[in-house]
Amino acid sequence: MTALLEVSGVWKSFDEHSVLRGIDLHVDAHQAVVLIGASGSGKSTLLRCINGLETVDAGRIVLDGDVEVSDPGIDLDRVRRRIGIVFQSYNLFPHMTVLDNVTLAPRKVVGVPAARAREEAVALLDRFGLGAKAGEYPDRLSGGQAQRVAIVRALAMQPELMLFDEITSALDPLLVGEVLDAVRDLKSGGLTIVMATHEMGFAREVADRVCFLHDGIVREEGPPAEIFNAPREPETRDFLARVFG
Amino acid sequence: MTMSPPVPGTPVAYQDPVRQALARRTARRNAFVGMASLIGFTVVVALLVTQTPGWPAVQETFFSPEQFADSLPGLLEAFMLNVRIFLIAEPLILVFSLIIALTRTLRAPIFLPLRVLATIYVDVFRGVPTILVIFLLGFGVPALRLQGVPTDPVFWGTVALILSYSAYVAEVFRAGIGSVHPSQRMAARSLGLSVLQTNRFVVLPQAIRNVVPPLLNDFISLQKDTALVSVLGPIEVLRQAQIDASSTFNYTPYVAAALIFIALTIPMTRFADWVQGRMARRQRAGGVA
Repeated sequence: MTALLEVSGVWKSFDEHSVLRGIDLHVDAHQAVVLIGASGSGKSTLLRCINGLETVDAGRIVLDGDVEVSDPGIDLDRVRRRIGIVFQSYNLFPHMTVLDNVTLAPRKVVGVPAARAREEAVALLDRFGLGAKAGEYPDRLSGGQAQRVAIVRALAMQPELMLFDEITSALDPLLVGEVLDAVRDLKSGGLTIVMATHEMGFAREVADRVCFLHDGIVREEGPPAEIFNAPREPETRDFLARVFG
Repeated sequence: MTMSPPVPGTPVAYQDPVRQALARRTARRNAFVGMASLIGFTVVVALLVTQTPGWPAVQETFFSPEQFADSLPGLLEAFMLNVRIFLIAEPLILVFSLIIALTRTLRAPIFLPLRVLATIYVDVFRGVPTILVIFLLGFGVPALRLQGVPTDPVFWGTVALILSYSAYVAEVFRAGIGSVHPSQRMAARSLGLSVLQTNRFVVLPQAIRNVVPPLLNDFISLQKDTALVSVLGPIEVLRQAQIDASSTFNYTPYVAAALIFIALTIPMTRFADWVQGRMARRQRAGGVA
């Protein structure tokens, strides 16, 4: 199986504080890889580096075996079409309707005709139970709806790889389920996913592999059953003990 | 008029009759007290002013009905020049200042000269009093006697207003651009939008919306400052008032000119307040930024 995403030896620091310290990550096509770890362990930074939202200080990030995201000279706009990302704080465009939020990038970046972009957007919104919200502005949506719209907005670009950066952390506990359902749906549709989350139950259920980040590297990785039931590293055990209280 | 309470849990507003009557009484009383207080205050001030020893002379010099009626038509005609200056200057200011504000946000090193120029421009024209800019351009440029360059004082007065106001309005736009959360830019870029597309479709629409109230404020200010062009000699409303006043030794034309400005700026001010209030309500109702 070819790796859809290969992260090797990536370093990243902000001022004097180094967040990623030579991290490696390997993601096969159609896999769901879940990143766990304490706040500040580098999960978000890693996802942003993969999308080129942060430049790396050292190391390589290669997409699909041929495109090097970490190459300083690369046209990131082209790379970003192939990698979707959804943030903790939704970041919907508040001055546009849900439909315009979803169709903006396909129309302006890919050049999809407005009518077709609209059709595809409506179909996607329907699929995630948001059909009735197409004409609404983001401030009229619940957190769960807003986050699902953000997922649809990223999906509309038909990315090969989807990054989820703690997408349920800002949500009311009652609304977490509907967003996780959407991710579950994408996973069963075969989309390749890298997801940073604190939802351990969900990680256990959908992840093909769980990576525990600690001190800027992947400290331990493996199938969820292994990581959650029989962690080898003391740091992993310590983290899980704290999470599960 | 009693209404039986709706079934609990029904999504309607309901207030029991006693409280309703009380609320109506309170509203009526507040309206009455407010009105009475306003009238009382006005009467007291009017009495105080008209009782001053110099009042008859002031009344004759500043508030002469005959002078008012005589000068008003001429002033209104002259005021059309102010309106024209305003209508030409305002759109150009908007375009020019937006370009300057955007230039100042460019981060690529290649744009450094442009950025420096824009910064110097804003510093200089915000630092120099508008009336000085009008003087310098209005008297300076025609004195150069350059071929093909207009010598019309109205032209140079308008240019000076545009230069001076663009510096202010550029800062308003820049503040608006700064008020859009960086996560909006990040979300747009992550979808593959270029820097230009991100500005055009995501950042600017929100930035402009955020600065509509201060922009309207600057519009109002510009309406008044068209009178500054009078220092160059063209007969706009202030100049006309000066002419009238100096030929009759009566200051009523100045008061008339002031009233003409107020007649135009008050509706604009109320409109600005209304826009601001509506946006504040919308912000409270929504909240996702």
